[in-house]
Amino acid sequence: MSGNEGIAQGAYEYGVRLASAYPGTPSTEILEYIGERYPDIKAGWAPNEKVALEVAAGAAYGGSRAMACMKHVGLNVAADPFMTLSYTGVNGGLVIVVCDDPEMHSSQNEQDTRNFAKFGKVPCLEPSDSQEAKDLIGEALRISEEFDTPVILRSATRVSHSMSLVETKPRTEGLRELGLKKDPMKFVMLPAMARKRHPVVEQRLKDVAAFAETFPYNKVIMGDDSLGIISSGITFQYAREAFPNVSFLKLGMVWPLPEKMIRDFASKVKRIVIIEELDPFIEEAIRLMGIKVEGKELTGLCGELSPEKVEKALTGSSKAKSIGPIDIDVPLRPPNMCPGCPHRATFTALKKNKVYVAGDIGCYTLGALPPVGMLDNCLCMGAGIGIASGLDRSLGDLARGKAVAVIGDSTFFHSGMTPLLELAYNGGSTTVVIMDNRTTAMTGAQPHPGTGFTLRQDPTISANIEKLAEAFGFKRIRTINPYNVKDTEKVIGEELEAAEPSLIIARAPCALLKTERILPDKPLKIEAELCKGCKSCINTGCPALEFVKIEEPKEGEKRKGYSKINELLCVGCRTCQEVCKFDCIKEA
Amino acid sequence: MSENNRVYNVLIVGVGGQGIILASDVLGRVAAAYGYDVKKNEIHGMAQRGGSVSSHIRFGKSVSSPIITLGEADVLLSFEQIETIRYFPFLSEKGKVILNDQKILPPAVFTGKQDYPPDVVQKIKEKVPDAVVVDGISVAQKMGNPRVLNVIFLGILSKYLDIPADVYEKVLKESLKPKLVDVNLKAFHEGRSLAAA
Repeated sequence: MSGNEGIAQGAYEYGVRLASAYPGTPSTEILEYIGERYPDIKAGWAPNEKVALEVAAGAAYGGSRAMACMKHVGLNVAADPFMTLSYTGVNGGLVIVVCDDPEMHSSQNEQDTRNFAKFGKVPCLEPSDSQEAKDLIGEALRISEEFDTPVILRSATRVSHSMSLVETKPRTEGLRELGLKKDPMKFVMLPAMARKRHPVVEQRLKDVAAFAETFPYNKVIMGDDSLGIISSGITFQYAREAFPNVSFLKLGMVWPLPEKMIRDFASKVKRIVIIEELDPFIEEAIRLMGIKVEGKELTGLCGELSPEKVEKALTGSSKAKSIGPIDIDVPLRPPNMCPGCPHRATFTALKKNKVYVAGDIGCYTLGALPPVGMLDNCLCMGAGIGIASGLDRSLGDLARGKAVAVIGDSTFFHSGMTPLLELAYNGGSTTVVIMDNRTTAMTGAQPHPGTGFTLRQDPTISANIEKLAEAFGFKRIRTINPYNVKDTEKVIGEELEAAEPSLIIARAPCALLKTERILPDKPLKIEAELCKGCKSCINTGCPALEFVKIEEPKEGEKRKGYSKINELLCVGCRTCQEVCKFDCIKEA
Repeated sequence: MSENNRVYNVLIVGVGGQGIILASDVLGRVAAAYGYDVKKNEIHGMAQRGGSVSSHIRFGKSVSSPIITLGEADVLLSFEQIETIRYFPFLSEKGKVILNDQKILPPAVFTGKQDYPPDVVQKIKEKVPDAVVVDGISVAQKMGNPRVLNVIFLGILSKYLDIPADVYEKVLKESLKPKLVDVNLKAFHEGRSLAAA
């Protein structure tokens, strides 16, 4: 099982009654597995992580065991409920699964979630393989109920997406009585009540720290005493790989830390090195205990570690004998919008209008890469609309008619609705393009409130973006089919000229979406002789197109090459045909 | 399961959409079915968008890290020419290379900004003279099903590992839809015979 499968299996075995999440790599599959495999668990996608955590908190308040899952930056969105949930405590066990992404394989930053555990005064467990991922869900729920606290389970890309063997067990239910229980002193965080809860939180952290001393997943593995490594999670596996014979203190709970256990371990080894990715979290806590350790001066603060990085950090070299590189300059292979992607059509039309584009997170972020190069900023989920509004109103004529915001449908429901409301409320002339591809594409096509389907593919409401914008007070709302690139270009041009906020909904399903197919799936063909080699089609960045260079031009031939369509990849979206000035792209 | 204590390191690389994840899943299950401890890791966050994909599979009596130490891969199975070069330093001095002789053009190349590097296969063979290079697409097309490409290479790979063929057969039978079993078993054995040739 993968780590994410282990977490989902753990939710099942340890009696989770409700799970909520918003998709985000590397956490997405957890809720998908729950949806597919465990009908006993009530589960659904939330519009964003804040809502997911609140839904899970509600379930826990009512006595159920509950789980919320998100990627590391998702906890920023959920930070508001998280920080005060620590004060109210829970009732039924509540585990918040947060998956970090050291190296940013698929993220905009590599923040370290352990800091949130400390910030919120909440225990944090960290698995190092799939078996532990499953087991620690059980431990997290037990700790949550026993100490009346939410608990973070911190995973990482290399835990969530690695596979290892897992033993399964039957399901057991949580211990709390289910029902609505009034207890305002605990659950209503008015200042008077919150002041009484804060000391409870501080005492709780001390109690959990005492418990950590005997927590079976904090364990000492004694070996050669010349080196003692303190580590947790995936970095423990790297360190064990690199130094199988030295002594280890492996921490299954990374906050709060077992001080006595650490002091005892420190007294038994000659040199202590902390192996951890990202921040010196364990290192600083141990330094505060007055214990001499080495850590970040060896391993660094950025990116992920690996067995050879750990080995080199400690010994300066690696025992492995690599065959070495081959001296070829290998072109990069970044991810790209797929053949037939409706975003490519929209970006092509935006490019024709020569605009500045404020964006955010989704497949459309790939529009920043060459040859498209039409996304000018990406800060966080939902940011583009607010940023465009700020640019428009601060720059006045310098930005008027020259800047737009783009946002995907899932991102719009996640955190685009409030900035759209800001725009309607405060005015200005910003143009917003919602690139509605009818799914959460980047994370693998999860349904959302606008799709008409739930996590388990049951039919449900389909939120209406046009009516929502109308209710917000938008006067200019236009819905278009982006594949009609010339029309799209014209509509964008008209809305840019308007002196009030306008909304364009460029709606066409993701080219990978099988349920709402509108593409013909018939490849187009370029008549090579007619092609002038102007690269208009090539510059849309479609992987189904290739520029074939002419090595030996015929007499009088001015073109340097011509375009060719890969018939195996082309799905017939016609974006290239729409931009071709010489009418040489035809149906095959 | 064999008696030795060594850990086998197999690195499978290529481009999103080539069936790499499936091939590595099958290999992981085969190793587990044979009684090995298995760990596997892949980076696939954006693989569906045509990015570079790599899958690490490690098995043996006891495995710690799910990722292969640079320079310790026993076999590099690559589904695309230049992806072999990208991941080449993972290969150990004595490592084997199995290559699907295919070029998939990255964006800088298909937009005409950069050339696809020439002589890739030749340069690999200079370093690893016994590299197995197979035009997998032609083999798969001859077998009447381009989708068995990954299983053909699983067959070649099986010749370089110590797990008997019947374990692969059992896992393929268990993990495929009944109507796909025969063609994939045929592809697996075709791969084994190509490795022997």
